[in-house]
Amino acid sequence: MSLFTVEDLTCRHGLLTAVQGIGMSLERGEVLCIIGANGAGKTTLLRSLAGVHPAALGRISLSGRDITGHRAHERVRGGIAMSPEGRRLFYDLTVRENLVIAAENGRKGDWTPARVLEVFPQLGPLVDQEAGKLSGGQRQAVAIGRALVTNPDVILLDEVSLGLSPAAVEGVYAALAEIRSRRDMAMIVVEQDLNRALGFADTILCMAEGRAALQGPPGTFSRARITAAYFGMQDEETADA
Amino acid sequence: MPDAFLPELLQPLVQALVQGTLLGGYYAIMAVGLSLMVGVVRFINLAHGDMAVLGALLVITLTQGLGLPIFAAILIMLPVMALAGYGMHALLFERAMRGGFLLPILVTIGLGAALQNSMFGLWGSNTRSLGADIGALSWASWTLPGGVLVGQLPVLVCLCAVLVIGSLHLVLRHTRLGRAIKATSTDAEAAELCGVDARRARRAASAIAVGLAALAGVFLAMRGQITPYSGPAQLIFAFEAVVIGGLGSVWGTLVGGIVLGISQSLGGLVSNQASLLTGHLVFLAVLLLRLFREWTAAHGGWRASVRAWTTLHRGRFARRKGEKA
Repeated sequence: MSLFTVEDLTCRHGLLTAVQGIGMSLERGEVLCIIGANGAGKTTLLRSLAGVHPAALGRISLSGRDITGHRAHERVRGGIAMSPEGRRLFYDLTVRENLVIAAENGRKGDWTPARVLEVFPQLGPLVDQEAGKLSGGQRQAVAIGRALVTNPDVILLDEVSLGLSPAAVEGVYAALAEIRSRRDMAMIVVEQDLNRALGFADTILCMAEGRAALQGPPGTFSRARITAAYFGMQDEETADA
Repeated sequence: MPDAFLPELLQPLVQALVQGTLLGGYYAIMAVGLSLMVGVVRFINLAHGDMAVLGALLVITLTQGLGLPIFAAILIMLPVMALAGYGMHALLFERAMRGGFLLPILVTIGLGAALQNSMFGLWGSNTRSLGADIGALSWASWTLPGGVLVGQLPVLVCLCAVLVIGSLHLVLRHTRLGRAIKATSTDAEAAELCGVDARRARRAASAIAVGLAALAGVFLAMRGQITPYSGPAQLIFAFEAVVIGGLGSVWGTLVGGIVLGISQSLGGLVSNQASLLTGHLVFLAVLLLRLFREWTAAHGGWRASVRAWTTLHRGRFARRKGEKA
């Protein structure tokens, strides 16, 4: 039995089908990167996994338990946490308060605000500063930290590098690599940067027009095939086959 | 009587300032619940004043009907009203909020009308008061140097307002429930992603708001007389205090209440009719000032806004002159 399983998931925005027939299976310590062009359905898929967007069809289960109908806060308490696109911090609250809110409403475990400050040492001097006054990289660190302190089994990270300086992206991914090395949770990352995603993922899911255009370990696909799937084109290899 | 401490001409002014400040305490208790609803739940409850009257009538029934001491009656009424607030949010407000911005207004207008007529059916149209239940406290006062009279009940109400608002501030800042309410008010979806049950946080805020409205209703019935139809006027005062103090600001409601109370007291020096009118005019002035500040902030400051406005209108005037010519 896998830690986290998604079967034939379909999500709609009104009449528009944004995600169609997506399936995945993850184990603890595994990293799945979702890639795809703008409008491919990556964020809708992640929001649906987190419980903030309803699933129209399909099944999501965590440790064998069906959580498809659970609301977002119930999923957090069940072991799924998300760092959303745009960070969505509580900007008039301090860094400490942002972390404490998540810590006291999530699950109890090894991840505490103090441990988050060890993984993201740049936040140490800023704990009593309002989150609205932080830089983009610092905000991303708080957003990831806020998800971590709920002690999830599965962490969902949306658009990790979006809007960050190259140095900030390096810092965030260094921290993610450290988190990954502990192998205590599965990670699903939505990433626009193709090279970064291919280098970080155990499995990639390339989405185009809401469907899985390509899914599997990144090493099993040629670069041309990934690029073609990314832009929703039929590549030469599959066309020939 | 001439007094060495305070010139005779200034005595009414100081008296009005003191009375207005103390009256502001009552308005603050009435307004802080409404502020919580607007700022946290993002819901304007137009039946807020009627909830206050309902709370007061419940206490009147418990004291004058069942013979309970007033303090015990208040202690029984507050959780009942808070529970009613929680239930109303779960059953009514949540559904109304899903229907766009107009539906909550219509629903709470309807709720207010239903409450008024239900209270009329249950308690009749007679004016009622808790004045007799608090004995000398309803009229006793201290005389300050200069002959300024300070009512003991208004002082109690004002102290209670500071206590209530201070406690609410501490709850919002330092408790798990308070942090959940604040997080929900900032971004309900992000709060859910932190494990906060945003729906329950909003219901809790509604419970607190209705409880505070009911407490304010009790003070209203102690200060004077109420009827089942006294609610809408209290809603207007609460709304004015919230706007003057700043939407969603807990301490701001105390400031707003005091400004409103002082305005009404100073207006009362001119004539009885001018009392309420002055309060409304101060509210309108603050509202216009806030709108102007927002407008200028969106246009790069007041100098840039005035320049843009004059340039725009100069062009219009020139076109009109041209058309006439």
